Amino acid sequence: MERIYARTETLQQDKVSGFCPGCMHGTVIKLIGEVMEELEIVDKTVSVEGVGCCGLLMDYTDYDTTTAPHGRACAVATGLKRANPETIVYTYQGDGDLAAIGLGETMSAANRGENFTVIFVNNGIYGMTGGQLAPTTLVGMKAATAPKGRDPKEHGYPMHMCEILGQLKAPVYLERCSCNTPQNVIKTKKAIKKAFRNQIDGKGFSMVEIVTSCPTNWGMDPLGALDFLEEKMLVEFPLGVYRDRTKEV
Amino acid sequence: MARVLMKGCEAIAEAAVRAGCRFFAGYPITPQNEIPEYLSRRLPEVGGIFVQGESEIASINMVYGAGQTGTRSLTSSSSTGVSLYSEGVSFCASARIPIVYVNVARGGPGIGAIQPSQQDYLQAAKASGNGGFQMLVFAPSTVQEAADMTYRAFDCADRDRNPVLILADGVIGTIMEPVELPPMKSEEEVAANKKSKRSWACVGHKLGREHRSWIEPGSFDTTNLQQRNEEAAKMYETWTPEWEAYQVDDAEVVLTGYGISARIAKAVVDELRLEGKKAGLIRPITVNPFPYEAYEHIDYSCCKGILDVEMAIPALMIHDVKAGVKERASIDTCLCSGGNIMRKKAVMDAAGKILER
Ligand SMILES: Cc1ncc(C[n+]2csc(CCOP(=O)(O)OP(=O)(O)O)c2C)c(N)n1
Ligand code: SF4
Ligand SMILES: [Mg+2]
Repeated sequence: MERIYARTETLQQDKVSGFCPGCMHGTVIKLIGEVMEELEIVDKTVSVEGVGCCGLLMDYTDYDTTTAPHGRACAVATGLKRANPETIVYTYQGDGDLAAIGLGETMSAANRGENFTVIFVNNGIYGMTGGQLAPTTLVGMKAATAPKGRDPKEHGYPMHMCEILGQLKAPVYLERCSCNTPQNVIKTKKAIKKAFRNQIDGKGFSMVEIVTSCPTNWGMDPLGALDFLEEKMLVEFPLGVYRDRTKEV
Repeated sequence: MARVLMKGCEAIAEAAVRAGCRFFAGYPITPQNEIPEYLSRRLPEVGGIFVQGESEIASINMVYGAGQTGTRSLTSSSSTGVSLYSEGVSFCASARIPIVYVNVARGGPGIGAIQPSQQDYLQAAKASGNGGFQMLVFAPSTVQEAADMTYRAFDCADRDRNPVLILADGVIGTIMEPVELPPMKSEEEVAANKKSKRSWACVGHKLGREHRSWIEPGSFDTTNLQQRNEEAAKMYETWTPEWEAYQVDDAEVVLTGYGISARIAKAVVDELRLEGKKAGLIRPITVNPFPYEAYEHIDYSCCKGILDVEMAIPALMIHDVKAGVKERASIDTCLCSGGNIMRKKAVMDAAGKILER
């Protein structure tokens, strides 16, 4: 019989996912692993975990991994990549990590055009710490620290990182994807592959933002969270390519 | 080896390059700008990397990342900037990443003053970040020592897989002195040093728990974290404190201080000795571990008192001096702060008062 699908070997084979039901972190780290295998970079790749549910990645992956202080993944990746350019470096960061506490590191690394890959998992909330307001929380959406929901007068508006980084000249590739449907999962994988390929080719800074759900902290069941993602999150965060200079550089 | 005339900051930077440092990230702050400026020219000459970080927080994390590749890595800052290193240094200690950093200390607290000071003693020696980790902290009192200590610091950091701090000050950083630079490590030596860290370096390995590199600055497993802290504590116990004892044996007044204060105090000891007065000096060379034993070499039957000389108000090192002296002699202080440099006359007068007892 022909084998047409197998679990990526980049994940520890004896581990069962501890992510909450309906969480998309598992899908994303699987896609990254598949891309690493297809590009034959498994033994020279390093993941830089942000702090948050992203930081659980190390428990499942079977390749080199390091943990940055909360928000500092892009600085740690800068040091790793510059000091050892042969290594393929990617950061794995949540919205609190990348867009709040680590906004400066993200912007500056993007502005320097650092040659690494950023995988940004945007679930609109602080997952790990129990559902506090994130820079990406939707207007009106309730959070543990915004019990009446996000109020623009008090909290401002959700931040759109692809659009913000799109103001800079240096980034090579910025795309926003999601994992809410099989088609979108396939598109996400393509984007991740392109972002890694750019790094292999020495092209510079690439970021794939992936809009995901956090059923636990959104207070929804997994299917309800999928609906919310499609009806609300993807309206605020439109999918698409925000920068592609891959062919020019 | 010929001696060259160099500023302290430049000597530190050149010594780092000679020790095999090939990565520097830092953010501008007076009075240490000569370190990044020098390295921005010098590192590319030897195939090294210089990055001006967007902040001290970014810089220490770049160094944390570069250190993980096995590359000898350095950052430097001053006082208020060093405060921003806290979390990153703590991560280096927890994940056992060897790095070296320099504090060319200035006045404090807060933004303080750009002039020299020793207000950062407690931060440097006791708690440079959260979590109770310890570091070797060297305190140079000459440009020569600053260069030698920096050179050695990289070996210590690698040996222990732990951060090492050079606690300098604005005088040592900016003064020009003749210095004999340590020998330049060859490119082969630098490469071999990096290669020796390959097994744990986070640069890509074969899949599998037995091969992969896991850089873990923490653990969800409390038993594991306790074990790691126990191992680190054992490593701290291998350190030997270092100090200079100068004319202490028959001293009726013993001056004590580190770094630039000790250098000024030493000049006072020489002057008092010329006048036939029995003065001595104890100078901690490592402020962590602190050389408590040094104070056992004082002859307390003839010692009229100890003079703690610090460019800090309140006195900070004095707590360690007290622990060493164990109430066998009284301890007076000669202090200045705010960016003022210790005056020799003030030290002379304070020592004189003790001798009159
Ligand atoms: C310096 C610091 N501040 C705060 C925290 C606590 N903390 C851990 S995870 C987290 C939020 C993470 O949110 P996000 O980046 O969105 O990741 P998610 O869990 O949603 O994937 C916070 C605030 C920390 N670990 N370090
Ligand atoms: S808290 Fe949210 S982000 Fe974290 S594992 Fe659960 S669903 Fe996923
Ligand atoms: Mg989040």
